[in-house]
Amino acid sequence: MNMLTEAAVEKALDQKMNTVPYKMIGQDVSVYYGEKRALFDVKLNIRENTVTALIGPSGCGKSTFLRSLNRMNDTIDNCRVTGKITLDGDDIYDPDIDVVELRARVGMVFQKPNPFPKTIYENVAYGPRIHGLAKTKADMDQIVETSLQRAGLWNEVKDRVNESGTGLSGGQQQRLCIARAVAVSPEVILMDEPCSALDPIATAKVEELIHELREAYTIVIVTHSMQQAARVSQRTAMFHLGNLVEENDTDKMFTNPDDPRTQDYIMGRFG
Amino acid sequence: MTNIVSPVAGAVVSKAPERRDIGIKRRYAAERRFQAYGMAAIAFGLIFLVILLSTVIRQGYTAFQQTAISLPIEFTEKTIDPSNKRATDPSVLVAANYGALLRDAVVKELNINASSRPDVRDASAMLSKGAPIQLRDMVVADPSIIGKTINVTVLADANVDSANKGQIDLSVDEKNRKINDKQVGWMNELKSSGALFKQFNTGLFVNGNSSRPEAAGLGVALIGSLYLMLIVLVLSLPIGVAASIYLEEFAPKNRLTDLIEVNINNLAAVPSIVYGLLGLSVFINFMGMPRSASLVGGLVLTLMTLPTIIIATRAALRAVPPSIRSAALGLGASKMQMVFHHVLPLAMPGILTGTIIGLAHALGETAPLLLIGMVAFVANAPTTPLEPSTALPVQVYMWANEAERAFVERTSGAIIVLLLFLIVMNLGAILLRRRFERRW
Repeated sequence: MNMLTEAAVEKALDQKMNTVPYKMIGQDVSVYYGEKRALFDVKLNIRENTVTALIGPSGCGKSTFLRSLNRMNDTIDNCRVTGKITLDGDDIYDPDIDVVELRARVGMVFQKPNPFPKTIYENVAYGPRIHGLAKTKADMDQIVETSLQRAGLWNEVKDRVNESGTGLSGGQQQRLCIARAVAVSPEVILMDEPCSALDPIATAKVEELIHELREAYTIVIVTHSMQQAARVSQRTAMFHLGNLVEENDTDKMFTNPDDPRTQDYIMGRFG
Repeated sequence: MTNIVSPVAGAVVSKAPERRDIGIKRRYAAERRFQAYGMAAIAFGLIFLVILLSTVIRQGYTAFQQTAISLPIEFTEKTIDPSNKRATDPSVLVAANYGALLRDAVVKELNINASSRPDVRDASAMLSKGAPIQLRDMVVADPSIIGKTINVTVLADANVDSANKGQIDLSVDEKNRKINDKQVGWMNELKSSGALFKQFNTGLFVNGNSSRPEAAGLGVALIGSLYLMLIVLVLSLPIGVAASIYLEEFAPKNRLTDLIEVNINNLAAVPSIVYGLLGLSVFINFMGMPRSASLVGGLVLTLMTLPTIIIATRAALRAVPPSIRSAALGLGASKMQMVFHHVLPLAMPGILTGTIIGLAHALGETAPLLLIGMVAFVANAPTTPLEPSTALPVQVYMWANEAERAFVERTSGAIIVLLLFLIVMNLGAILLRRRFERRW
């Protein structure tokens, strides 16, 4: 009974999505890899404290869009981004914007768990250290503990924070990566297919975690799994061939999409 | 149309095509043959390695022992300082006839008739010509020994040494060998009395070069090689690593960097003697650096080692998974923080391995050193890299050109020393790789 009410409240919340303010605004975002154009004038806004899922067939540009939100595309040699993306109203491609600060505000979790080959503690402490978030060792210990707790990993690793992060299981590694991203207190967390390398149990844990993180952070998640998008997100955006096909409340998207292409994709007719 | 097609399609579905003979037996035979070729190739290589090593060790192990003769030397004042002037003029001690002391001692020891000049000459010839200098140094260091009799161990002449080690064929006619029957007899006499014996050849590692094989050593070459290695390490490691990091992590990928990359690979293939010519014309002729100095040798070998280190370092950097780079950048690390906090530590074992292999290569390099004059006869140990010196492989080359029988074993001995250094360095490379290898 209790569960039902909770679900009902959530549903009500989801339906009020349209009133939630925007955290990031993307206007006419196009991305080119050399001569090849990967994204075509995408207009997509990310709402605050919301999980936005980006779905679509392989090569549709959803990861490209995600990576342009914290300028990870800058690290690719011949990649060029046009259009405008703002974070709280500031243009993140403005030459005055410090990309280091931007990436501290917009954190990222990758497809394959990629902990540093260092201790669990060092993995989490690295970000706060380079951003100068902790004055003392006690501060740092606190940050590490809180971050691991937020990532739901503290109870599993609290006795072995000085062991290597690469010795954890795949799911634990991915949660360690989430803890590492959370440790620098970002406002937005980008997740690029965070569960594609995980087994179903680990996936469930990460999804649960995403659900909890939503209260404090704005989350954008790229996923190949439609069920996952339906489970974790409140808003869903569907990409196809570099175009944004449709962006809508997740409920509506999976029951009554506006665009026939979304319908086809969700029904499994392509992709 | 459909009527014609459907029976054919049906036939294909219902009946699989007959299996063609694909020659399974022949395939397995071919695989076994290939494995046999491989094993034969390895055996071939091993045989040559064993032949090489066994030849070198068989010829060279004797170089680590040297025949010495212990004689009671009477430091008579009459011979050393007849007019008793040493208090006022110490140079008489330097100029004194120490050969006479040795001659008297050996004549007395062997009970030779002192009036038979040929016998006395042959007997004195059994001692190294460096022995009088040894006595001189003893007296100059402590003049109070004049008038006393002291047991002194001096080196035997190289020919006695060779005969003692059985390297001279005593069955040939006496005239055709460097040691006559009388000397052989004396040698055996001294040997049975315990005055002539073999001892560990410390001189091989301490002495400089000498035209007397029994006194020739690798001391200068060892110091020279040490200077070379230090200079190469200090210059080529930072330059090579910095160049690779820039090329691999920072430089834009364009035509210019492609060109640079191709040229670095080409430089690694340039014959080493060309680097020697370059060093001769640039460092010595143009910049006026001293000839035969290990500084110039080190610079030339640095140029030669740089491409090796750059290639190894770039390979090591490239082997660090891109996900580590993304992780660091995604946390807001700057590119430099990413490189120095994460990529470089992970690439370090590869870089160190490449560096040590480059150094080992430089240690064994001879040709460029010949051109910049490190092939000189150097008897005194250099105190700075600016003084003339030789290197281990050059010493091997020089001794291999000598005629005396005793230099043959010294050449092989020097090769053994050089090989030992190379083996130690390569072992170090393997251990470093094992020790720091990390999994991710």
